[in-house]
Amino acid sequence: MEAFTKLSARAAPLNMINIDTDIIIPKQFLKTVKRTGLGVSAFYNLRYDDQGAENPDFILNKPEYKGAEILITGENFGCGSSREHAPWAILDMGIRCIISSSFADIFFNNSFKNGILPIELPQKQVDALMKEVSDNPDAIIEVDLKKQTITRGNKFSYSFNVDPFRKRCLLGGLDDIGLTMQKNNVISEFEKNRNTDKPWI
Amino acid sequence: MEPRTLYQKIWDDHVIEQSDDGTCLIYIDRHLVHEVTSPQAFEGLRMAGRKVRKVENTLAVMDHNVPTTDRSKPIEEKDSRIQIETLRQNCEEFGVQLFDLLDSRQGIVHIVGPEQGFTQPGMTIVCGDSHTSTHGAFGALAFGIGTSEVEHVLATQTLIQSPAKNMRVTVNGDLPVGVTAKDMILVIIGKMGTAGGTGHVIEYHGDAFKALSMDGRMTVCNMSIEGGARAGLIAPDETTFKYLKGRPMAPQGADWDKAIAYWKTLFSDEGAAYDKEIVIDASTITPTVTWGTTPEDVVSITGKVPAPSDFDDPNKQESVKRMLDYMGLTAGTKIQDIAIDKVFVGSCTNARIEDLREVAAIAKGKKVADGVGAMVVPGSGLVKAQAEAEGIADILIEAGFDWREPGCSMCLGMNPDQLEPGERCASTSNRNFEGRQGRGGRTHLLSPAMAAAAAITGKLTDVRDL
Repeated sequence: MEAFTKLSARAAPLNMINIDTDIIIPKQFLKTVKRTGLGVSAFYNLRYDDQGAENPDFILNKPEYKGAEILITGENFGCGSSREHAPWAILDMGIRCIISSSFADIFFNNSFKNGILPIELPQKQVDALMKEVSDNPDAIIEVDLKKQTITRGNKFSYSFNVDPFRKRCLLGGLDDIGLTMQKNNVISEFEKNRNTDKPWI
Repeated sequence: MEPRTLYQKIWDDHVIEQSDDGTCLIYIDRHLVHEVTSPQAFEGLRMAGRKVRKVENTLAVMDHNVPTTDRSKPIEEKDSRIQIETLRQNCEEFGVQLFDLLDSRQGIVHIVGPEQGFTQPGMTIVCGDSHTSTHGAFGALAFGIGTSEVEHVLATQTLIQSPAKNMRVTVNGDLPVGVTAKDMILVIIGKMGTAGGTGHVIEYHGDAFKALSMDGRMTVCNMSIEGGARAGLIAPDETTFKYLKGRPMAPQGADWDKAIAYWKTLFSDEGAAYDKEIVIDASTITPTVTWGTTPEDVVSITGKVPAPSDFDDPNKQESVKRMLDYMGLTAGTKIQDIAIDKVFVGSCTNARIEDLREVAAIAKGKKVADGVGAMVVPGSGLVKAQAEAEGIADILIEAGFDWREPGCSMCLGMNPDQLEPGERCASTSNRNFEGRQGRGGRTHLLSPAMAAAAAITGKLTDVRDL
């Protein structure tokens, strides 16, 4: 996984609530056996019309927001299916940070595993950011994971919370399977006791 | 000791190690695997030269992509065929037990696990599928995970997690006639909202849940995720034990007695604390359907399509406008005036034997309305065989339903079972998201009995009137 430390980038306002993972990446793209190449299909039904042509009204298709690396969006982002294809697709289209007032648990978790930083802010701050980037598409927003801040020059600065373990993994680009495998002895010990106490398991 | 919730008891029993920041390494007892969310995980193992740590606690089945038509023919769709073939190869290479396409035990992963007795009380159960919450009906802590975590569990039989909050949903009293477990959970989600359970594990409490069969309890727990909760729980009781006894993978002999003794300790202690509570009176629940594109958009079958102005939150108002447009509905329309094109009976929510009995009871001696395509997809090969043995299949076929092979089917339309743009479907599945059942498709979620009623009349119908 690629580490996430600091990001200075443009942000796009995707002002919809309850964006589910079926919207982020529809079913027909889940048939892949790879993790890569999904970016072109992200937000497929919003992004393309029935003939497969780009829908000019969709915010991420507008020239001023193309290539934005930060997404600002409505509450309950990523609800629904557990498909990790959703963060894979978002990452593959170049987005590294998502800011919302709330995320669905599984999507939130999946994002960290792929080097994407999902940030939860109070609704008022999300609304303010949404307005800011709608009014100023060229604005460069800086997200600093170490300091846990979102700033735009000296115009504004918000601080955010992040789970310390997830922060460490993101900053270091750590593979948590490798970390857990170092604890093999503890796991084996636990397993042995469990087999004695509850042999039917 | 402080009184603990059922969730806390199961959690505590699985913590291997807790770090200073509160993150825990927890042990996973059971891992279910299907073809869509596992290929990249197996590939990860292969690249790192890792093995599956506990093959005997891992069970694989193909369900999402499988055609529901004649299984003796090759799968036409190339990508689906590759994904199914990949699961087959991975299971062989890593030594994981697989219920293959022609195995009578094949079916939807969340129907197969309980049916085999693979799912048991007090366990931690995961699967790369959000509807893993289904297994919570047995008093197991069961939740969906992403593919990275599937790989983590395959390699280590553990997960790194922080404890969730506790939420209690109590439904007291008796359900009125014509009202089912599906109506209960739709009403609950309507009340809590699609994000109301985020960060929580829900425990379902009260005599209305106690009175449910295991099939009904699974329907309830299955949709916990639609309220944002990764897991739902119902404390195990005699109904649970009776269901499990004699299942192929359930404990046998002396182990059975030991297991029962442990399972009887799995309930929330008197005075245990909850972070959130919802209480509903069962007698107020009516047959319920969804009108919008999130599962919280529910309305009684006797109600009307709402207007944006019925909601306070401006973001929700915007969303309601969009939903009415997508659904092709006008505010104020009577729900029972909504005509449908398709009926789908199936999915991990409602494709167990009792669901099919419910449909047959309504459909018996009647005909599917002209112009309506109605499809029944049993949850597993064993459910299908039982329904055929009980005469349910004959009743349904006679009534004009299409009787299919088991799989996820039109719940998400990864196989050819999909809605056409603009088609309206009465569906017993769990998600009414935009495009879920096919691009431009319009989904109304409801119970199996209500789906049968809609099939007969050609519109959303109050099953109590039939």
